[in-house]
Amino acid sequence: MSGSQAIPATHARDADPYKLGRAPYHGAAGHGHGGEPTGHGAGGPAPKRVIVGFGFWIFLLSDIVMFSAFFAAHAVLADSTAGGPSGKDLFDLTHVALETALLLASSFTCGMAAVATEARSQLWTQVFLLVTGLLGLGFLILEVQEFAHMIGIDAGPGRSAFLSSFFAVVGCHGLHVTAGLLWLGTMMAQIFVKGFRPPILRRLLCFNLFWHALDIIWVALFTIVYLIGAGA
Amino acid sequence: MFGKLTWDAIPWDQPIPLVAGAVVIVLLLGVIAWVILKGYLPYLWREWITSVDHKRVGVMYTLLGIVMLVRGFIDAIMMRSQQALAYQAPGYLPPEHYDQIFSAHGTIMIFFGAMPFMIGLMNFAVPLQLGVRDVAFPTLNSTSFWLTATGALLVNISLVVGEFARTGWLPYPPLSELAYSPGVGVDYYVWALQISGVGTLMSGINLVTTILKMRAPGMSYLRMPIYCWTALASNLLIVAAFPILTATLAMLTLDRYLGFHFFTNTAGGNVMMFVNLIWAWGHPEVYILVLPAFGIFSEVISTFSSKPLFGYRSMVMATMFICVVSFMVWLHHFFTMGAGADVNAAFGIATSIIAVGTGVKVYNWMFTMYGGRIRFATPMLWSVGFIVTFVIGGMTGVLLAVPPADFQLHNSLFLVAHFHNVIIGGVVFAAFAGLTYWFPKAFGFRLHEGWGKAAFWFSLAGFYLTFMPLYVAGLLGMTRRLQHYDLAQWRPWVLLAGLGVVVTCLGVACQIIQLVVSIRERVELRDEMGDPWDGRSLEWATTSPPPAFNFAVLPDVRGEEPYWEIKRRAIETQQLADEPEYQAIEMPRNSPTGFITAFFSTLTGFALIWHIWWLVVVGLVAAYAVFVWFAWRDQDEYEIPAAEVAAADRERRRAREAWLRANVRVREPA
Repeated sequence: MSGSQAIPATHARDADPYKLGRAPYHGAAGHGHGGEPTGHGAGGPAPKRVIVGFGFWIFLLSDIVMFSAFFAAHAVLADSTAGGPSGKDLFDLTHVALETALLLASSFTCGMAAVATEARSQLWTQVFLLVTGLLGLGFLILEVQEFAHMIGIDAGPGRSAFLSSFFAVVGCHGLHVTAGLLWLGTMMAQIFVKGFRPPILRRLLCFNLFWHALDIIWVALFTIVYLIGAGA
Repeated sequence: MFGKLTWDAIPWDQPIPLVAGAVVIVLLLGVIAWVILKGYLPYLWREWITSVDHKRVGVMYTLLGIVMLVRGFIDAIMMRSQQALAYQAPGYLPPEHYDQIFSAHGTIMIFFGAMPFMIGLMNFAVPLQLGVRDVAFPTLNSTSFWLTATGALLVNISLVVGEFARTGWLPYPPLSELAYSPGVGVDYYVWALQISGVGTLMSGINLVTTILKMRAPGMSYLRMPIYCWTALASNLLIVAAFPILTATLAMLTLDRYLGFHFFTNTAGGNVMMFVNLIWAWGHPEVYILVLPAFGIFSEVISTFSSKPLFGYRSMVMATMFICVVSFMVWLHHFFTMGAGADVNAAFGIATSIIAVGTGVKVYNWMFTMYGGRIRFATPMLWSVGFIVTFVIGGMTGVLLAVPPADFQLHNSLFLVAHFHNVIIGGVVFAAFAGLTYWFPKAFGFRLHEGWGKAAFWFSLAGFYLTFMPLYVAGLLGMTRRLQHYDLAQWRPWVLLAGLGVVVTCLGVACQIIQLVVSIRERVELRDEMGDPWDGRSLEWATTSPPPAFNFAVLPDVRGEEPYWEIKRRAIETQQLADEPEYQAIEMPRNSPTGFITAFFSTLTGFALIWHIWWLVVVGLVAAYAVFVWFAWRDQDEYEIPAAEVAAADRERRRAREAWLRANVRVREPA
């Protein structure tokens, strides 16, 4: 059974000329990828978990490209205040730091939920998902507060091109968080009703990816929009 | 209650859109009534509307593309005839109507003609060529199609309810801002494109995942058919470029709906930012369309030259080179912006360099034909016509890439002639080549050769007769989008272009006759064996049409042309490979998710256009409900028992054996 020893070099090359990993396919399972095809041409189509995760990664990349367009617009318009308030006048960095703390903490609890799922613990998965949702909700409330305050002092999106791009890029992230919360609630109900089935495990994987991606985008927002904006 | 929508939205005083709209509605109702009366509705619902089979979705995409190409062509006829009549005269189309027509023509041709056609062919052929059973996300695939159809529907509704944009196919601000376009035209444009754009993006993600993660055992990257490579490049571009379009249109929407100042003249808005952003999507979009076209030509030329593709690896390199560099040339669409000589020179050089990739391809195609046993069937005619036409279009493109020349020629009919030269000569010819090439695979019978060849010759002649005069008119200084003109020097060229449209009309008629005649003579044109063109890649290894599961057993790939090897071995040994061990196959269940999603997005889109806010809320809540309902289903697959698989595959083997016996003496093994 052990196919890995005592094969002449030439023969090994013939058996797998393109390094496709045919050996585990024909020989003993349990080494390398555990016989699981990788999708790189080895044993045929990759398993569903890999396909779903990969596809969702591609979606996240496209989402980040969309954000990059909003970031580019903000970079172009950041100084176009049209005589109105600038970031220096408007941004309250303590407030934003609190928002950041909430969102980063929610990413941590989201990761903990994934750990609990690995252990197949319904209770702890639900608890951590709930905490994630509450932290996300806290973040959203702070953001809405900030928006309302700015609109209240005549610094809404219609005031200047700078504020247009600010509200668009931050608001777009906020919309993503809102959609994430809706997804999270649906997910929790689904885990409660159906338990840890394979499709639900795949969705949890995607949700985790999504939530962490929102974190990455927020870090960029915090740096480019708020820190650089307040320093200007 | 109905927002901005009143009875005045219907153009009672304009006979042309009213009559056209009435004819379309009557035709549509007639088709629906025919379907219902004949009792086809359950079949249509079960086998097509709710189908998640990539082949069915591909066929529906292609059909949408064909219908919209005809719709866009009617716009073209109106524009050419208007210009033919409007020499020192007003013509028959008033300016505000003429402006809508050229805007609708461009929008429909690119987004709802060429794109669905190309995506449809990719959907159909790529999984078959990869030797797998479906795309990565079948239900998402069906949803993508129906969202694209929603966009097409919204654009066509604008014909009779309200108006379409008068801004050209890319709504440049400030003209497209609320101050200068207060009507619903631009809103129709924006929401139709946003909804269909989501569909296109999802379709891109789907095909990228399919190509990178789902291939038959042994199919490494450098064993993929070249069409799959071009499809990969094209879909990577969709994933990287379409989000920019989404963001840009979202910014324009925020300006129009919520008083933002992204692109306005006031409060610091920046008009040139729109132009930059839209072309950062728009230039890759050109390659999204033409890369799969190159793939189709590569397959067709190799097959009909009876030779492997010359320089396969250089073809792959050229494809990926174009894929990357296509993001570095967008500024050549607006050299006159005034970015300065250095910037213009950099983009001019980048633009000339991207032509190198295409040049490599042209030589590869010619060397593939060199020394081959060429069969001039219809797909091959389109391909040869393409090589000649595209080289001309490419050279005028390189000419326009030189900034000083561009300063003279931009916004002229020379530019219009150039991009029609590459898009018709490249994409449309490829669409028809691909259609004729894969039609027997999809439906089990070939298209009629005589009518196909007639369609090719009329289209080719019509193209040259239409657009070569426009090059001249452009050099004589005639700008694009003129509703009327007074200069006598332009007139003969404009009339000649009008004549060209008449010839193209004959080509279109031949295409339609070809379809009708082929369906009538389908018994004589039957493809019994599944390999009507002596093909080389895996789609020809299965039956025509393929079973739902495509392949009874996933093929074991051991070279660049797996099916050619299988065929050669069968001919040499005079027998098929041993019968494999059949197993039950899991296939995805049909789902109405896509159709229902599209229904609610049509409602939501229409409501957003007309500011009917309660309907927007209803549409969004319903969309969420559909999402949850879809997520809640327990059974998403069904099993085809091994016996059924075996029966289907034995049928295929019988046909192949019959073919092998009948061709013993004809085909001398090498």
